[in-house]
Amino acid sequence: MELLQRFLKGEKPAIARVITKIENGTDPKLLEDIFPHTGNAYYIGITGPPGAGKSSLVNAMVPKLLENNKKVGIIAVDPTSPFSGGALLGDRIRMNDLALNENVFIRSMATRGSLGGLASKTKDVALVLDAAGFDYVLIETVGVGQVELDIAQVCDTTVVTLVPESGDAIQAMKAGILEVADILVVNKGDRTGADRLIMEMKFAFELRVHNSDWHYPILKTTAIENIGIDELVSTIKSHKEYLEKSGKLETERKNKLVIRVNELIEEKIKTHLHEYVIDQKQLKKMIDKAYERKITPHYIIDEIAKKIF
Amino acid sequence: MEKKIRILIGKPGLDGHDRGAKVIAAALRDAGFEVIYTGLHQLSESIVEAAIQEDVDIVGLSILSGAHMTIFPKILKLLKQKNAEHIIVIGGGIIPEEDIKKLIQMGVKRIFTPGAPTNEIVDYINSIIH
Ligand code: B12
Ligand SMILES: Nc1nc2c(ncn2[C@@H]2O[C@H](COP(=O)(O)OP(=O)(O)OP(=O)(O)O)[C@@H](O)[C@H]2O)c(=O)[nH]1
Ligand SMILES: [Mg+2]
Repeated sequence: MELLQRFLKGEKPAIARVITKIENGTDPKLLEDIFPHTGNAYYIGITGPPGAGKSSLVNAMVPKLLENNKKVGIIAVDPTSPFSGGALLGDRIRMNDLALNENVFIRSMATRGSLGGLASKTKDVALVLDAAGFDYVLIETVGVGQVELDIAQVCDTTVVTLVPESGDAIQAMKAGILEVADILVVNKGDRTGADRLIMEMKFAFELRVHNSDWHYPILKTTAIENIGIDELVSTIKSHKEYLEKSGKLETERKNKLVIRVNELIEEKIKTHLHEYVIDQKQLKKMIDKAYERKITPHYIIDEIAKKIF
Repeated sequence: MEKKIRILIGKPGLDGHDRGAKVIAAALRDAGFEVIYTGLHQLSESIVEAAIQEDVDIVGLSILSGAHMTIFPKILKLLKQKNAEHIIVIGGGIIPEEDIKKLIQMGVKRIFTPGAPTNEIVDYINSIIH
């Protein structure tokens, strides 16, 4: 109980320890205890390809978000090596300006095998920061390609960051990553090609803008020189206001809860199936048969389903 | 989910020699640890604050500048002040034998010097955590 009390008082070592317990899944009851304290933070996601400047943008944006006595909690996700299971978490290198700020908390997370751009526990760790009283929870994904879109299932505002080197607009349109963007940022505005990319993105976004009352802004920033940052932060705030006034904040947060519950159902059923229903030895035999083309994978599933239905 | 050993590798002060820190960080990643690298030119205060927020098991400092006799004690003191003495402090770099003895007495757990094989460092960390 003592840990929880220190946590609710906002003591950083206690927040850090609660995160560890949630991340390692060593204390399932803890999430129950903190959940009633969540729901007050605004969740902002920063995603984009490797090296686009996501961490640098966070470093530049946070001082603006801290204005009016606000507190910001940051989760920075980097990939776990599939070979060693280890990870080199380096996002903090770019967040040096924030390291000693009393109203900022930064936690690095390794994906630990998850493929959606976040760790499987990132959603729960975001809840921890929410419960700890941070007004904004900022989540930086790993450098993503085209399919790692978990971030949009957690965040109220998703900022997608591209850079002139990201490849041409067609590639970006193909990528689902544009579909999750509430705000598109072309960073490294100091490099040639930034303005051309912005023009191309305007065309790519036209259809979405037509079908929505949110105008899907495209902004130019140079994170390392603090250029365009004020506008980015005020655009995030207008998106927040738009969601609140239109009632979408509530509907979208309910949608996210539906997605979360479905995810947890799937996890639970899968674990249950493998632990209690499926005879692993029998499964292995059937796999061997399928390999010899004597039965189909679908037949195997039907056999397993017979035990349930 | 299994518990992962988390280690912060820090380069305190004005020391620009980061080759060793990077070699160690990569070796520890390859050994399956989660390594937080905070980059060059860190204040001792920032390193300690990061170690607390990241809830690491170990802080490893790389010092080749000669400032080890001020930085290690400062880190130990700050950890104590912040009730984070459970975090183990190790280090490496250009550090003379007689200084190593003094630092160990102050509470630094172990110091590695040039030429220390990375697998020896990995084995050592596994031996103190498990
Ligand atoms: C390469 C080098 C440089 C490069 C650095 C490049 C870089 N980005 O790292 C450059 C040319 C920039 C450089 C500059 C200087 N250097 Co220089 N440099 C060296 C040199 C030749 C090798 C260092 C190295 O990279 N070794 C390879 C790595 C892998 O080894 P390592 O760091 O020792 O790490 C091993 C162990 O110590 C240990 N370890 C290290 N850190 C950690 C951390 C943890 C947690 C653990 C567990 C283990 C561990 O494990 C590693 C693997 O075995 C050394 C001499 C030497 N033989 O060490 C001088 C040396 C370190 N440099 C020295 C000096 C004086 C300087 C300058 C001041 C020179 C000048 N007057 O301009 C500048 C200062 C730069 C600055 N801003 O700090 C002196 C330091 C003297 C001292 N401390 O008393 C040395 C010792 C040379 C000498 N004999 O005089 N240097
Ligand atoms: N020229 C220029 N460089 C920038 C800008 N923003 C960031 N960078 C540099 O781009 C590199 C990558 O920046 P990060 O902030 O680490 O990028 P990231 O997207 O967080 O990278 P990952 O987390 O590794 O995917 C660093 O060297 C930054 O200094 C910018 O606006 N202009
Ligand atoms: Mg980053």
